[in-house]
Amino acid sequence: MIPKTLTIKGIRQGLLITLSEGEWGPQLDALGAYLSANPAFFRGGRVALDVGARRLNGPEIRAAAELLAHHEVELWAVLSTDPTTEAAVQELGLVIDLGPSAAPPAAGPAAEDELSRSAGPLADGLVIRRTLRSGQILRHPGHIVVIGDVNPGAEVVAGGDIVVWGRVRGLVHAGALGEEGAVICALDLAPTQLRIAGHIARSPDERRSKPVPEIAMVRDERIVAEPWSAGW
Amino acid sequence: MAARALTITSGKGGVGKTTLTANLGVALAMQGQRVVVIDADVGLRNLDVMLGLENRIVYDLVDVIEGRCRLRQAMVRDKRLSELFLLPAAQTRDKSAVQPGDMVRVSDSLREQFDFILIDSPAGIEQGFRYAVAPADGVLIVTNPEVTAVRDADRVIGLIEAEEKGPARLVINRLKPNLVRQGEMLAISDVVELLSIDLLGVVPEDQAVLGAANRGQPLAFSENSSQAGRAFHNIAQRLQGQDVPFLTFQEPSFLQRIFDFARSGGMGS
Ligand SMILES: Nc1ncnc2c1ncn2[C@@H]1O[C@H](COP(=O)(O)OP(=O)(O)OP(=O)(O)O)[C@@H](O)[C@H]1O
Ligand SMILES: [Mg+2]
Repeated sequence: MIPKTLTIKGIRQGLLITLSEGEWGPQLDALGAYLSANPAFFRGGRVALDVGARRLNGPEIRAAAELLAHHEVELWAVLSTDPTTEAAVQELGLVIDLGPSAAPPAAGPAAEDELSRSAGPLADGLVIRRTLRSGQILRHPGHIVVIGDVNPGAEVVAGGDIVVWGRVRGLVHAGALGEEGAVICALDLAPTQLRIAGHIARSPDERRSKPVPEIAMVRDERIVAEPWSAGW
Repeated sequence: MAARALTITSGKGGVGKTTLTANLGVALAMQGQRVVVIDADVGLRNLDVMLGLENRIVYDLVDVIEGRCRLRQAMVRDKRLSELFLLPAAQTRDKSAVQPGDMVRVSDSLREQFDFILIDSPAGIEQGFRYAVAPADGVLIVTNPEVTAVRDADRVIGLIEAEEKGPARLVINRLKPNLVRQGEMLAISDVVELLSIDLLGVVPEDQAVLGAANRGQPLAFSENSSQAGRAFHNIAQRLQGQDVPFLTFQEPSFLQRIFDFARSGGMGS
């Protein structure tokens, strides 16, 4: 479960984590605990932190950056309505708004390519109406629907279910926040790797000659994929 | 009509961007278009050599950007085609000397006098790629029918879509039909299915490409003497909106193979 003190959503440049009001130290502790509990979801991601009206100094912001870095997450922006906080953020070479020009260029595999668009609150689904290409990572705490293909080298990581109206050739990870009941459906499911919660499966090396829609889920501690049939 | 700026790029290096740029420049100019080709591979200039214009360079792109000469002074007119110009890259500088805005400005001041501005992008997805695509009205993605090249092409198409520099169109270079038939090489349809962008042309593997590059005389000058030369001309026509059917590549005949063998091994070309 996501702690009540923070909300997470998928945005164009990665994830946006909003910290509610309250003392900085305990808030960071809660965030840290949540990151440790869900490494699969966050690892390699880029995060913007929204700290609201809080007044923070350089060391306090650096503590957040270090906490995230410890979990292999890059902090690239800190949003605040407090000018002192903003100044401290800029001092550290971080960005203070999410404007398109503010997004740093994608660098290395850890960078979330300038991707997708903002999603609603946590429970919402995110619908992406295009093909995800090599190097693009889509991460969202709720469900994800892709209308298009997921190409080799692309990744889709969802807290909930993943539905792909197209071909899956890349890596898809449903239930990445620990939800064992999450499912993955696609018109043609031939991923490099399939993950649900903590389980991992490769697709068989043989490719199906004629693809059929399939649904994958965890059953008896293993990921199984079966052809989709109406009335499932 | 103002020129269209087209950037030729690939992600993976060595797949044939410069070869395509040189040959398309020649083919378009032979078809009566006013063309300028820009070598955007600052520090690794090649396009001048492939076009046989190296010995005519006085100034280069970076000289223009840094105000050491006027744009006109840096442009080299082709010795064979009066409507083909080259804007060469600097050899002694690196890619940090050029910003995306510089490329936009240079291209904009060329638009009135030309029909096509072809920009030969460096490999990779860093600074050089970014400034090369900045002025583009369209992008030609070059790939070879190999898994790694296609993967990189896909990555680049994603970046171009994100920057809304499209439409991106695909050129598959170095196709070897006999290898496709043996299942050793991806088929055209596999590549197009994965990349799902418009296919602009397919250029077969042709040993004459290398010799032509070394002589500074792109194959497109003799359009009908090889399938590759023909393919470049077809691409040039498609860029002008003409509907040209795709070439079909036959397995080389027995005699042809003997001839190829003689050309490559026996006669030391
Ligand atoms: N159709 C072809 N048939 C045979 N050889 C080819 C063909 N196209 C390109 N080549 C050869 O491949 C090599 C690389 O070509 P080229 O320099 O055009 O690639 P590039 O993409 O510009 O490379 P870079 O990324 O280094 O700029 C050259 O030796 C060239 O002669
Ligand atoms: Mg080149």
